[in-house]
Amino acid sequence: MYIIIIGGGRLGYYLLKALLNEGHEAFLVEKDAVICQNINEELGSVCYRGDGCEVATLTEIGTGRADMFVAVTGDDEDNLISCQIAKHKFHVPRTIARIRNPQNAILFKKLGIDVTVSSTDVILEHIEEEVPTHPLTHLLDIREKGLEIVEVKIPSDSPAIGTKIRQLSLPKDSVVALVIRKEGEYRVSTPNTIIESEDRIIALTHAESEEALRRALRGA
Amino acid sequence: MKVIIMGCGRVGARLAGLLAAEGHKVTILDTDAYSFRRLPPDFGGTALLGNGLDQDALKKAGVQEADAFVAVTQGDNRNIMAAQIAKHIFNVPRVLCRIYDPLRQELYETLGLETISPTKIFAQLLKEKLES
Repeated sequence: MYIIIIGGGRLGYYLLKALLNEGHEAFLVEKDAVICQNINEELGSVCYRGDGCEVATLTEIGTGRADMFVAVTGDDEDNLISCQIAKHKFHVPRTIARIRNPQNAILFKKLGIDVTVSSTDVILEHIEEEVPTHPLTHLLDIREKGLEIVEVKIPSDSPAIGTKIRQLSLPKDSVVALVIRKEGEYRVSTPNTIIESEDRIIALTHAESEEALRRALRGA
Repeated sequence: MKVIIMGCGRVGARLAGLLAAEGHKVTILDTDAYSFRRLPPDFGGTALLGNGLDQDALKKAGVQEADAFVAVTQGDNRNIMAAQIAKHIFNVPRVLCRIYDPLRQELYETLGLETISPTKIFAQLLKEKLES
């Protein structure tokens, strides 16, 4: 697969390295001459000095035959514009943009960028997972469908303790998939599974029903 | 007409002055308060410190009631992104965008933005002057 990366910062550099190691044809575009030289000295001729938002640069590195285009500079606007050029001028099938401002996710989607990765959101999610009192953790977003897989911890004072799953007033579009007991034992949930204190519930839900799901399992 | 101008450089400041003098309601945005020195002393509009790529700052500038949005910062990409936010998120009826790079300008024109490339226009103008 031919993958083009825009931006030779830490993210771009490690991504390039990982992709090359996996045997992909990967190529990086970076504005800064010194960074470019360092990368080329270390990894071979895989870095091109230029502006990833310029049509001329992208033509020269063969963007027309790229399978994937990843823009990971530190500026949202540069990532957006280079991805749009790759998409509309060179018809790259898959474009991925890094965003710093999580607000921009909606805009980028609307403007045709296939995937956005928000470093802010990713870091937040990981920290959330580590906060023991956090009521609901996002494990995975299935974005195209608006679905997400979440983990809900059952506190010892939850009204749901001792009730069967079918007795809970779960939102219609939420499904409890797994119940992980305090001891680490786990089971696929059935309507008759009884919720116990300190269970961890893995559930699939629509994003809008997240709050209702949390309430059903943990109380108001 | 309510107009939001993003970027208080020479062009932005001058345009703001011209429109305000004709009685239009003008709000000009810039990330550097020092840029506002370029506004005419009798400027009757609003000068607002803020980033036009930030949707909250745009709302504060009144983008939801704006009739027109003009992006004239120094960065082509910033102008393009702000223009697309104004057009696609806030549905501003008229959006104008300066893009220095002629290639990028042509691309975004075909994508439906109303764009102007001063590079192209000025080069053409100079050529015509030389030939006359």
